[in-house]
Amino acid sequence: MEKEKISSKIIKKAFKASVPVMTGYIVLGMGFGILLETKGYGVLWAFLMSLLIYAGSMQYVAVDLISGGASFAAMALTTLMVNARHLFYGISMVEKYKNTGKAKPYLIFALTDETYSLVCSEDENEKGKKKYFFLVSLFNHCYWITGSVAGSLLGSVITFNTKGIDFALTALFVTVFVEQWKSTKDHLPAITGVLVSTICLLIFGAESFLIPTMVLITFALAALKKLRREADEK
Amino acid sequence: MKNELYMPAAVLIIAAVTAALRFFPFAVFSGKGKTPPFILYLGKVLPFAIMGMLVVYCLRGISLGSSPHGLPEIISCVLVVVLHLWKRNTLLSIISGTVCYMVLVQFVFI
Repeated sequence: MEKEKISSKIIKKAFKASVPVMTGYIVLGMGFGILLETKGYGVLWAFLMSLLIYAGSMQYVAVDLISGGASFAAMALTTLMVNARHLFYGISMVEKYKNTGKAKPYLIFALTDETYSLVCSEDENEKGKKKYFFLVSLFNHCYWITGSVAGSLLGSVITFNTKGIDFALTALFVTVFVEQWKSTKDHLPAITGVLVSTICLLIFGAESFLIPTMVLITFALAALKKLRREADEK
Repeated sequence: MKNELYMPAAVLIIAAVTAALRFFPFAVFSGKGKTPPFILYLGKVLPFAIMGMLVVYCLRGISLGSSPHGLPEIISCVLVVVLHLWKRNTLLSIISGTVCYMVLVQFVFI
C-alpha cells in the first residue's frame, strides 16, 4: 500500500515535469512525421525512426540524408557530428544513473536533450530516483513517437499556422537555465557554458561549433577547478 | 544503391551511432571501480554549462546583421526569463514565451 502511494506520487511528479517537453515533442514530432511523409515514407517509418533513433534534430537531418540517397558512411559521420553532444550528457550523468539497475540501458538510450534537461538537476532521493528518471524518459519517448505518428497520419489536414512553435524547446532550456542559476551561488560554470558557446559560434559558425565548444568547455572547467584549488591552498 | 534495404539499413545505422554516443561515457566511466574524481567534478558543473550551451545552440540560427536582427528570439527569451524569475512556473513561462514568439514571427516581423 505504502509502495503504491509513493509510485502514484512519483508518476504525478514525473508527468508534471514532462508536460513542457510534451508540448515541444508533439509539435516537433509532428513536423518530422509530416516531412517524412512528403518524402514518400509513411507512418511505419515515422514510428520506427522515432522509436529506434529517438533524437529530434538528427531525425530531421536523417530525412534529408535518406531522401538525398546519402551513402551509409556519410550518414554515420553526420550522425556522429550532430549527436556528439550526447557524450557530454553521458559524462555528467555517470554518477546520477549509477545503481539504476535494469532500467539503466533504457535511461541511457533515451537521454535526449530534453530528457537531460529534466533529469540533470534533479536531486531525487535514492528510493524514488530510479522510477522518476525512468518515467520521465518513457513519457518523453512516448510524446515523441505519438507526435511523429500523428504528423505522418494527419499532416495534410492541419491548417493552422504552426510557424515558430518549435520555440517551446528553446523556452524549456531557458527556464531550466534560470532554475539552475537560482539554485546555486556558483555561476561560473553557467557563464562558462554561455560564453564559450557564443565565442565558438562566432568563430566556427552555426553548423560546426558544438564540438569545439564541448572541448573548450571541458578545458575551461578543468582550469576553473585548478584555479580554485590553488586559491584554496593559499 | 537505392533498393528496399536502403531505408532499413539507414535507420539502423543512424540509430546505432546515436546509441553508441549515448552509451560511450557510461561504458568508459562506470566500471566496477569508483568514478574518477574529475568525472565526478564534471558531473557537478557540466549541467550548468551544458544548459548554457543548449540555449546558445537553439539560438544559433539568429543573424544579428540582417532583419529582424534576432528580435523575435531576444524578446521572447527575455519574456521567458522575466516571467520565470517572477512566477517560477515552468509551464506558464514556456507557453507565454512560445505564443509570444509565434505572434512575433507570424504577424510582426514577417
